[in-house]
Amino acid sequence: MAKRHALRRDDGGETEDPDVAVHEPAPQAALDLDRLIHERMRLGIVSALAVNDHLSFNDLKRLLKTTDGNLSVHARKLEDAGYIACEKYFEGRMPKTDYRLTTPGRRALERYLDHMEAIIQATREG
Amino acid sequence: MTDPQPARHLPPALHVRAMDNLRFIRETMEGAAYFTAVSGIGEMTVGLTALAAAYLASRQATAWGWLLVWLWEALAAFLITTGAIVWKARRSGTDLFSRPGRRFALGLFPPLIAGALLTPVLFTAGDLEALPGLWLLLYGTGVVTGGAFSVRTVPVMGLAFMGVGAAALLLPASWGDILLAAGFGGLHLLFGAVIARRHGG
Repeated sequence: MAKRHALRRDDGGETEDPDVAVHEPAPQAALDLDRLIHERMRLGIVSALAVNDHLSFNDLKRLLKTTDGNLSVHARKLEDAGYIACEKYFEGRMPKTDYRLTTPGRRALERYLDHMEAIIQATREG
Repeated sequence: MTDPQPARHLPPALHVRAMDNLRFIRETMEGAAYFTAVSGIGEMTVGLTALAAAYLASRQATAWGWLLVWLWEALAAFLITTGAIVWKARRSGTDLFSRPGRRFALGLFPPLIAGALLTPVLFTAGDLEALPGLWLLLYGTGVVTGGAFSVRTVPVMGLAFMGVGAAALLLPASWGDILLAAGFGGLHLLFGAVIARRHGG
């Protein structure tokens, strides 16, 4: 069974990463990863919003091929972290939800990209 | 003993995963950019030129004159739409020749090429009445297939074009210019406004 070790999140919480846990010692670059956007669905949300001023809930759901519940949960986590902003409004009688990437969210994505590139670069130099 | 260069001992799986993540980000960005690549402003402009073309075409005395007006309109619409998509793509930093872009072109162009090939055949056979319905139907088909991975408004617009095209094939030939104006003019203006308002221009 794969051995797992806890990683510290940027927000101070702790989680487990099955991807890096099987290899010890884990490199510092991996330990510094922003666990909040490392998760695929959240990474998808942030990436999609990085190239659009805003996207509606339904657009994101269709684009990321996911369910209402799954998207809601992950979008809420990003919203709580201040990475995305949510605007709710009515179009006629239909409730609509729009998301946009905030400045901290864009910076977090840039940091994450830097981390990924650093890991690849380190391997090539090794 | 302390390893002075821990990064050199990165396990292969980690950098493979990193490359996979970068690929995922790139593909998501490309898909998301193409998701809203169709320019509503461009579609509205095409709608206006189509209304003008319908007016001019309806005043032509000869079939050749009528066809020429619509051929010029087709060329203008192509240039305006392409220019608007390029402009919108540059704003979002999208590569037009990425996989979603090629998928979009592969869906859009075959029906348009079929229409371009059938037009001279039907015109020389004297079957002018079929042209408005054929153009609207094939254009709608291209928008539905090309726009399958775009915002929902785009394939819905394609279906509306197919509906108007079907009506043009069923109704008397005298409705031709009116339905061309309603389709290429009205539908482009209507859906272009929706796309521009909801999806960034």
